[in-house]
Amino acid sequence: MGITLTDRQVLAGATPAAPPTDLSHVMLAVENLNCGGCMRRIERKLSGVDGVAAVRTNLSAKRVAVSVAPGGPGVETLIAELAQEGFRAAELAHHDTTAKNCADRDLLRRLAVAGFATANIMLLSVSVWAGIASDMGPETKTLFHWLSALIAVPAVAYAGQPFFSSALSALSVRRLNMDVPISLGVLLAAGMSLWQTVRGTDHVFFDASVSLVFFLLIGRYLDQSLRSRASGAAENLLGLKAGFATVLGADGAGERLPARMIEPGMRVLVAAGERIAVDGRIVSGTSDIDEQLMTGETVPRTVSVGDNVYAGTIALTAPIEVVATKADDDTLLSEIARLMAAAEQSRSRYVRLADRAARIYAPLVHILGMVTFLGWMALGSGVETALLAAIAVLIITCPCALALAVPAVQVAATSRLFSHGVIVTAADGLERMAEVDTLVLDKTGTLTRGEPTLTNGADIADVDLAAAAALAVNSRHPYSLAVVRAAGARGLVFSPAAGVAETPGAGLSRDAGSGTGERLGSAEWCGVDASRDTIVAGAAADDGASTLWYRAAPDAPAIAFRFEDGLRADAAKAVAAARAGGLEVLLLSGDRTRTVASAAAAAGIAEWKARLKPDDKIAELARLKAAGRRVLMVGDGLNDAPALAAAHASLAMAEAAAISQIAADGVVQGQLLAPVIDTLAMARRARRMSLANFAIAITYNVIFVPVAMAGLVTPLIAAIAMSASSIAVTANALRLRTVTLRLEQ
Amino acid sequence: MTALAWLIPAALVLGGLGLVAFLWALSSGQFEDLDGAAYRALEDREPGDRS
Repeated sequence: MGITLTDRQVLAGATPAAPPTDLSHVMLAVENLNCGGCMRRIERKLSGVDGVAAVRTNLSAKRVAVSVAPGGPGVETLIAELAQEGFRAAELAHHDTTAKNCADRDLLRRLAVAGFATANIMLLSVSVWAGIASDMGPETKTLFHWLSALIAVPAVAYAGQPFFSSALSALSVRRLNMDVPISLGVLLAAGMSLWQTVRGTDHVFFDASVSLVFFLLIGRYLDQSLRSRASGAAENLLGLKAGFATVLGADGAGERLPARMIEPGMRVLVAAGERIAVDGRIVSGTSDIDEQLMTGETVPRTVSVGDNVYAGTIALTAPIEVVATKADDDTLLSEIARLMAAAEQSRSRYVRLADRAARIYAPLVHILGMVTFLGWMALGSGVETALLAAIAVLIITCPCALALAVPAVQVAATSRLFSHGVIVTAADGLERMAEVDTLVLDKTGTLTRGEPTLTNGADIADVDLAAAAALAVNSRHPYSLAVVRAAGARGLVFSPAAGVAETPGAGLSRDAGSGTGERLGSAEWCGVDASRDTIVAGAAADDGASTLWYRAAPDAPAIAFRFEDGLRADAAKAVAAARAGGLEVLLLSGDRTRTVASAAAAAGIAEWKARLKPDDKIAELARLKAAGRRVLMVGDGLNDAPALAAAHASLAMAEAAAISQIAADGVVQGQLLAPVIDTLAMARRARRMSLANFAIAITYNVIFVPVAMAGLVTPLIAAIAMSASSIAVTANALRLRTVTLRLEQ
Repeated sequence: MTALAWLIPAALVLGGLGLVAFLWALSSGQFEDLDGAAYRALEDREPGDRS
């Protein structure tokens, strides 16, 4: 037996062979890490890779920490190894889990100390209270008080720090928050008890002081841990979105690099069908670009040398070479960044419910304390009696229940939404969503699935569809994919046609031998002549953009394939549910008028606007705001990002552009819109629950404040009153875990 | 009354032991992955064994 590992080293993933000093650490997010078996498979696979010193999976966070020895495998190798096992992984470059974990742990440590102190002081206090009825001597009582003081003073000094520092920072900018009366109550209770202990009287409130800190820390810890879980999940989503790019060296050799490592000036090769990882300018090649995520436009744009392309768009039809440019070189991106900065300022002025309550509550409490003191003085009793009564008022009114009321509800609501696939990242997001009266939807990728579907399939014969699909299967163009899907749905059998050439911006062609000239593509590409072809298809050749033509041979009639961006399965239902909930629903899109009109009609939305640029969307939101409306914006594209930041509240779809996800208050996962409605229902429910909790807390104060002002509060009464109100509020909040969600007026 | 002289310190020491044990567990990372820990208990390989 040589070296033995301490448990700490094992848990940290260290091994005796490789001291942790010269290791590099990689954090991977794994999308489908869901079970204990996955953990074992990942750890076994990665620890089998040469140069990997240690692997540690974290099932709760869906992450894998890998320590790599110098000269060991790169990130991409590790990701490829995991892909072999069927796991989709991505590197988390700027993960700040350590900072969040520290905050979590710090609160938990303080919570443990407060819990220990509360338990032991309660033990002593209960003996003292029991001693009132039996025969406890004054010496024993004093001893117990001193013991309590010995435990309570350091415990309060250590565990109460989060409240004290928050109260101080609020006071330093001349504001009052909930932590001001909390800190005052806790410190006065401890201070007065110490003084009374020295004097040897009965007015000792150490138990109240410490248990206040304990209860409040529970609320704060739950809030904090949920918050870091949500932001961790959001980070994973973003990490899985960021891709790799093939960077071309001076000698023309390609090297795969993570997108974040690409610098302006590097040449990047984008294969057909690949998502472009960087913003840049095309230096060679022509391709159709799917720019949905940027503009909301479903119809691909044809780009060529000299055009700008943006990260997140997809090169559909042909490989292109791009030179990476700086984000601020770029008009659209810098415009969006500027709009977002302006939009976010307005939101930061929002004052949370608890703080609004504190603004009324804190001064009221302090006035009550002062009135009590002056009242007793006026009645002719001594300074000491008056001071004792005044401090008792401040202890009783210490807003334990009030400060627990909102976090408890928020935690219950957020964790329930989490299991519905909605990650609420903004701390005050749910509160703002509860106030919403207007729902603004983006079209492409939000109301719709963001992929075209064949609409006139009934007009097309099986044989034509199969022939077109045989051609289309060679292309990544969204319309081609839609043709293939339609053929597959009809159960047609077709084999990929050989010798198909794709011309970006035009279509597919196949010249099988003696110039049969089979073509699938735009009207121009197929040489559609309105005089003879439209009759065959039975559809008008409108703007042509959402129509694809197929011609089997130069002399055969052309057949039209018409496409529409299909609505999400429950779009109409969700819109109806929102309207039933008293919300006005609007559709704002950057897409063409005709498409937006038909999508709005299908979803049952009366009010819509098309062809909106990002600043038009902002202007539209400003108009709604000026009309006194509070808007929930739901969007996905980069063009929605400023609007998501400007709206009163916002949600992004899971496929959304990275910037949009960060700008929004939350992310909706899955293929349906129903979670948006659930979120609104939950937000409203949570608000009602918070107000109900305020009512409970206020009732408690109305009963006990007069008792305190009359100077009748004993330590026993204070302990019972405080615990009872905190437990009532928490129990009420926990009901949120089981209520049925329906959006009501 | 002499019982108190050793009962109270005993109670405090035992409680303190619990507190120290918890703080140790916390700082050694045992609360990092509560879901995963449930499965790790079922694994039969030795800690540090990387086969």
